[in-house]
Amino acid sequence: MLDSVANLGRRAMNFMSSVGRSGLFLSNSLVGVPQLRTGFPLLMKQLYSIGVLSLAIIVVSGLFIGMVLGLQGYNILIDYGSQQSIGVMVALTLVRELGPVVTALLFAGRAGSALTAEIGLMKATEQLSSMEMMGVDPLRRVIAPRLWAGFISMPILSMIFCAVGIWGGMLVAVKWLGVYDGSYWTNMQAAVVFSDDIVNGIIKSVVFGFVCTWIAVYQGYDCVPTSEGISAATTKTVVFSSLAVLGLDFILTAVMFGGF
Amino acid sequence: MRQRTVEILVGLFMIVGMASLAFLAIQVSGLSIQAPEQTYKLYADFNDIGGLQVRGKVSLAGVTIGRIGAITLDRKTYQAKVEMDIYRSVDNIPTDSIAVIRTAGLLGEKYVDISVGADTKNMKAGDYFYSTQSALNLEKLIGSFAAGNK
Repeated sequence: MLDSVANLGRRAMNFMSSVGRSGLFLSNSLVGVPQLRTGFPLLMKQLYSIGVLSLAIIVVSGLFIGMVLGLQGYNILIDYGSQQSIGVMVALTLVRELGPVVTALLFAGRAGSALTAEIGLMKATEQLSSMEMMGVDPLRRVIAPRLWAGFISMPILSMIFCAVGIWGGMLVAVKWLGVYDGSYWTNMQAAVVFSDDIVNGIIKSVVFGFVCTWIAVYQGYDCVPTSEGISAATTKTVVFSSLAVLGLDFILTAVMFGGF
Repeated sequence: MRQRTVEILVGLFMIVGMASLAFLAIQVSGLSIQAPEQTYKLYADFNDIGGLQVRGKVSLAGVTIGRIGAITLDRKTYQAKVEMDIYRSVDNIPTDSIAVIRTAGLLGEKYVDISVGADTKNMKAGDYFYSTQSALNLEKLIGSFAAGNK
């Protein structure tokens, strides 16, 4: 009995300390004067491996999700004779919800897990500590470029996802099912408001990018430096990121579109 | 991979991102680049606005000429005071025009339609419409039919 209480307490303390460590970790890696000369090429390299290499999966999933939305939406809307609104449905679904959320989930799986594994292995092979020995701060040298690359890539990927998805929806609805393409676009333009829908979607993706990258990098940096530790950290990255994204999405949607 | 190739690919990635944003802004939300039009305010008191909303449109002959700025309750007369932002370019609304609340389609949104009068004088900023027609309330209408009222 007493043991279980002590256990619970220890768990709570561990949880608190890891939250604290992750906050300190974030502020230590981001605060400070950025060194443009040395930092910029590092950031480029990370933007390439996080952003550019994620492009393929984002474009392909965006296309298929847009096409499925077009197909499903058409079958539902045709019952009410309002298949002209299919553009509105596809665009609002993608821009408000699916774009940021699915991109974040794919991002966590594709880039987040890779980040965790890479940093975890650096820790396990003591590259991070040898950097410290040489007087190079690993937080600035290794972590900061990855964090920034994640923050920058995620909104861009999400916008590409939305654009491709809307185009995919057009492909199915207009080219295949024969919705008039004028009504596809004009109804969409009448219903989608830039400052509400698209900007809110971008805000969501910025928040998700921040959370996913933070979780991924922190899990890698904080992992137990063994093979099991790295694998557990990678799993945690994907699980925590997905849960955080879905939970935050609900909160953000409630704040943005819930009407309070 | 060489640094230069990486830079070029990242640049391309950024440009594709910007292009997507432009596509979302222009093609999807129909955002126009020109600055929002200058407006002046007109007011109208309605007995019942029946679901008219802020940012709804104000139209004349079906053409949008402004939007609803604010809706407040007049505490003295118990009427709804609707503030409309009308485009500066439409500065010749006769003073005896009537503001009518209409519905787009059968179940669509409510908007204010301005039925043009014949006066030679035009309304200025801050003027009130001298006559208004409230929203057609379908439920009330059916209710009065059912009760046998005229």
